[in-house]
This record gives sequence, C-alpha cells and structure tokens, in this order.
Amino acid sequence: MAAQKDIYTYVLRLADNCLILGQRLAEWCGHGPVLEQDIAMTNISLDLIGQARNYYQYAAELTDGKKSEDDVAFLRADREYCNLLLVEQPNQDFAHTIVRQYFFDVFHHHLLLELASSQDEQIASIAQKSIKEVSYHKRWSGQWVLRLGDGTEESHDKMQTALEHLWSYAFESITPDELDLGMSQNGIGADLESLGVKVKKEITTHLKDATLTLPENSWDRTGGKTGIHSEHLGYLLAEMQYLQRAFPGAEW
Amino acid sequence: MTNLKTISSDQIMDLLRTVMDPEIPVLSVVDMGVIREIEIADTIQVTITPTYSGCPAMNTIESDIKKCLSDNGFENVVIKTVLQPAWTTDWLTENGRAQLKAYGIAPPSGSTSKRALFLEDETVPCPKCNSKNTVLISEFGSTACKAHYKCKECLEPFDYFKCI
Repeated sequence: MAAQKDIYTYVLRLADNCLILGQRLAEWCGHGPVLEQDIAMTNISLDLIGQARNYYQYAAELTDGKKSEDDVAFLRADREYCNLLLVEQPNQDFAHTIVRQYFFDVFHHHLLLELASSQDEQIASIAQKSIKEVSYHKRWSGQWVLRLGDGTEESHDKMQTALEHLWSYAFESITPDELDLGMSQNGIGADLESLGVKVKKEITTHLKDATLTLPENSWDRTGGKTGIHSEHLGYLLAEMQYLQRAFPGAEW
Repeated sequence: MTNLKTISSDQIMDLLRTVMDPEIPVLSVVDMGVIREIEIADTIQVTITPTYSGCPAMNTIESDIKKCLSDNGFENVVIKTVLQPAWTTDWLTENGRAQLKAYGIAPPSGSTSKRALFLEDETVPCPKCNSKNTVLISEFGSTACKAHYKCKECLEPFDYFKCI
C-alpha cells in the first residue's frame, strides 16, 4: 500500500507539468505566428490546464480537506512545484516552443498509455481522458518538427538551435528517482525505464526524419521533480499567482 | 412543486433535451452524450461528463441544467461530474450528428475512439456541399472539440467535430 503522501507528490508532479506548460503556452495568446497556430497553442494550453485541474482536485482530496484545489495549484512557492525543468523553459521563438512541446508530448503520450491502467483508479480515469487530447497535441508538434526541420534553410537553423538549447532538458522526464521507482513497483506509476526506451527511440527517429542533427556529448539536467528549478519558474509563478496573492480567497 | 414520486428519469431526460451546449447552440446536452445518468430519490442526481478536460462550457452546462429543472418545478437537483468512462464522440446521437451538419459543422467521421489514439488520416466531407475534396487547415478550431478544415470544391472553411 502506497503512503498517501507519496501519491500526493506523484499526482502533483503530473499536475504541475500540465499547469506550467499550459501557462507557458497561454503566453502565446495573441502573439502566435498566424491565427490558426495561435488558436492551436491556446487550445493545447486549455487541454493541459483542464487536465491539471483534474489532478489538483484529486490532490486536494488527498489532503483530507486541509487544502482546496486552488490552494494546491496557486499557493505554493517555487521549491514546492515539482514540474520538469523542460516545461518551465521560456517560449523564446516558435521553434523553441515546438521543440519543447514535442519533447513533452512524446513523453506525455507514452506516460498516459501506462497510467491508463494504474492501480490508482483516479489517476487511471484522468489518464484515459487525457490521452485522447494528448494524441492530438503530439500530432501537432510532431508535424511542426518535420515541417520546420525539413523546411527552409532558415527554419532548419532555428530548429537546430532550439534543439541544442533544449536537448539537455529532454530526458529528465524519463530519469527515475526514488519516488518514480516506488510508484512503478506498486503499480500506481509508470515504469520509466521501459517507457524511456520507447520515448528516446521515437524522438531520435523523428528528429532524424526532420533532417535535424542530434546534439552530442550531452548530459541530462534534473532537479525539477524535487523542486530544484531553473530561474525561469519564479518569474512565471510571480505572474501566474499574482491574483491569488493580491486578493486572497478571490472568487468570481 | 412537481412530485418526485411520479416523475421518471426518461421524463427528466426529455426536459434536458432543451438544454443546449453554450458553444454549439443547436446541440442539446443529451444529444452530445454529456448526460450519463439520472437518479431520482429525495433529490434528482444528474451525472454528467466533460467532453474535453478543459472544456470551459461545463460550469455553464451545470447551471443551465439546474435552471431547466428548476423552471419545471424541481429544486432539489444535484449535479455529479464523472471522468470515467471518458467521453467519446461515439455517444453523439444520430439526431445530434444531423443537427451539427445542418449547422455547418462536420460531424465526427466513423466511430471508435481508437482512431484518435492511432491517428489515421480522416476523410471529412464538407457539411455544405458533401464533397470529400477537403483539406485540414488546423488540428485545433474555435473550440477544443473542433478542428478547422477547408472545402476545395465550394471553398467554404468549416469546423469539424473531432472524432475522439
């Protein structure tokens, strides 16, 4: 039997990835390169924030009524967020946004396929619901990787630059820590070892198809899962939490 | 006050056919497959399920259901939201599909939610001229549940209700 505290943290990891990436994509609202893609990014943002909300509602239940869904989502400090470093990286240009999204989507899709049969009923329900949405996300980002990577000289160069910037953030997702291993053993979480092989294979094959060169001599940055973040998260939270901090208990 | 003892869940379901999706006002929440169960005891419990995780219409749908039943004399209404089984476009009724098409939104092609998982390319006939010569503009349209297409015959852009 897994400790409630561990399930809570595991659920927060799932939730925080969705919320923080959703917030990043929402920053594109009104700034997309063309209207259709502006709408696509904000649609994906909406899906992710909806998924995050489902996880936060569950997390709030696990606090035995001590915290509400909003408390959990908005009233934590940066060290208490356990999202991957990848998802908090700034949007920069469209190429960076696409590469970040593609890395996350491939992982997210494989993760949800596993979590759909989690021993934890609530996690399984949320995963079964989310997976339909995430297959569309992956198709969207995957197609952009191909189109821009194997596009013009300029789009190719921008994608290659983005790939090199983000490569070291690509695989924190599949680097298991103690909690991941425990959750995998008790059948609640995913087995990141076997999942990691699939994720890496899919990403590297697709990047080659997109005529991009895989960066060499890289190392995988980690820390996000345990609250050790890059400087970017603090700024994101300052904006995202402004309303909840300035007007405690605000409702509308 | 209408008597809870004499009303059946089918009658409640009929009342709910007048509650429309706020984003697609020709489609009732019943035709959309959002209403999963109606239980009548001391209260009326209506179980609903969201179409998409982030569907912003859910709160409005909830209050519209309560208003509809209250207008018909039922005050004691509890709305329960469930995620499982996950909503699928297979639950759109035939009537719902016809309403969508008449409104200019292409209904989901085929059934089975496996299509969304394996992402085969879909042939989407134009809701205006029925031509199959259409092209995908964007996976994401004006709401979470729709993609954006264009007809190459009549040149109309149109929304497609994604098959999930």
